[in-house]
Amino acid sequence: MSRALRAGVVAVLIVVTVTLQVSIFSHFSLSGVVPDLAMLVVIAAALVRGPDYAAGVGFAAGMVLDLAPPADHVAGRWALSLVVVGYLIGLARGDAESTALGTVFMVAAGAFIGTSVFALTGLVLSDPGVSVASALQVVPRAMLYDVMVTPLVIPLVVMLFRRLEPADRW
Amino acid sequence: MTPGPRRSRAGVGLLVLAALTVLTLDARRGEGSSPLDLVRSAVASVLGPAQDGATMALRPLTDIPQHFEDLGELRDRNEVLEAKNDQLIQQLRVSGLNQQRAEDLVGVRRLAGAKDFDLVRAEVVGLGAAQSFSQTVTIDAGTRDGVRPDLTVVNADGLVGRVVEATAETSTVLLIIDSGSTVGGRLGESMELGFVAGDGDVSDSARLELSLVDHTVSPREGDVVVTWGSRGGAPYVAGVPIGQVESVHSSPSELTQTADIRPYVDFSALDVVAVVTDSADMTTRDTAGGPR
Repeated sequence: MSRALRAGVVAVLIVVTVTLQVSIFSHFSLSGVVPDLAMLVVIAAALVRGPDYAAGVGFAAGMVLDLAPPADHVAGRWALSLVVVGYLIGLARGDAESTALGTVFMVAAGAFIGTSVFALTGLVLSDPGVSVASALQVVPRAMLYDVMVTPLVIPLVVMLFRRLEPADRW
Repeated sequence: MTPGPRRSRAGVGLLVLAALTVLTLDARRGEGSSPLDLVRSAVASVLGPAQDGATMALRPLTDIPQHFEDLGELRDRNEVLEAKNDQLIQQLRVSGLNQQRAEDLVGVRRLAGAKDFDLVRAEVVGLGAAQSFSQTVTIDAGTRDGVRPDLTVVNADGLVGRVVEATAETSTVLLIIDSGSTVGGRLGESMELGFVAGDGDVSDSARLELSLVDHTVSPREGDVVVTWGSRGGAPYVAGVPIGQVESVHSSPSELTQTADIRPYVDFSALDVVAVVTDSADMTTRDTAGGPR
C-alpha cells in the first residue's frame, strides 16, 4: 500500500469517526457527554505506532473536531489536546498494549488528559462555557464513557492501524 | 528507519506550535471575522450533509433508546391529555361558547403552526458533546432554505435557540442553555423585562436563570417567561415561550432578583425544530404595542 493511500485511509477514518461522534452517539449521550471516538482513534494509533505518528493523527482528528459543525469554540483547542494525548499515550505504551486492563488504563488516562487540556485552554481563553466546576463534572463522565466503549472500538481500530503499518517497520 | 526520540520531539513540537497558531488566528473570532471562517464553512459544507446522511441512515438504531423512553413518557402524556380533553369537553358542554379558549390553548401548544411566522422545518442531525463545553446542534436546513445567522429556532414546546452559522445545507444553532447565551425575556404575568441566561447543562435538570431589570418586582412560581424580542426579529422574535419560573432567589448584595426557569423544551431529546425565517407580523405588533 502506498504512503498516500495509507494517509487517505486514516483521513477517511477520522472523518467517519467525527461524523459518528457528532450525529450517532449524541443519541446515546449521558447528560450531554458522548464517547470521544476521535480520541479513541488517536489512542489506538498511539498504542500501535507510537508517539510521533499518534501526535500527527491527533492533530488531524482535532482539527476536524474543531472545524466540523456544530463546533462553536475557537479552532485549534481539540487539535492541541489530541496532539498531547497521542504523544503522551505513545510514550507511555509499553507492555500495557498487550493486556486489556492496560488498554483500559491508557484510555482513561487519555480521556482525562484530553478533556482536561481542552477545558484548560477554554479557561485560558475565558470561554464562557468552561468553569472549573463544569470541568470537574464533565471530565469523570467522559473518562467513564470512553472506558465503556473501549472494548467495542479499540480492538477494531488497533486492527486497522496494524494493517496500515508499513511492512518495513520492525 | 525508526524515528529517534529527537525527531519525535521535534515533530510533536511542530504540531503543538501549529495548534497554537490556529488557536491564535481564530481567537479573535468573537470580535468579528477570523481567517479560519472560510475553512470552517468549507468543512461544514462537506461534513454537515455527512452528519445529515449518517443520522438518516442510522435512525432505526438510534431510535431504540428513544423508543423505550418515549413509551413511558407517552403513557404519562396520554393520561394528562385525556384528563385535559375531558375537561375541555366539559367546558364546551357547560358554556357552549368556549371554543375561542380551546383554540387559544391549541395555539399555545402548537406554536410551530402559528400563522404569524414563516417557518422552515428542520431536524437535528448533530449534537455538540458536553466535552466541548458548548451547547450547539447541527440542523439540516441551510441558506438554501432561507436560514441565515441570528434567526430564532423553536420547536413545538418553545424556544430552542438561535442560528449562529449557516452553510448551504446545514446550520449551527446555539441553544439557549449554553452558558454564552442570553435571551431578553418577559414575565408573562407582569410584562416585566429581564434577561434569561443558560448554565450549560443539557440534562432534564437544566435550568435557566432569569434576572429582572426592575428589582422591586418579584417573579412568582409558575409564571411563564416569553421572549421579549427585538426590532426586526433578530436574534429572537417576540412572544415565544421560554419556560416557567420554578424558584426565586434574592440576595441582599445584588440589586436584581433572580429566578430559576424550567425550560419548556427538552434539550436532551431535541429532534424536529423550526427556524423562524420571516416574522414581519410579530415584530410589527411588538414594536407597536410593547415597551421597546
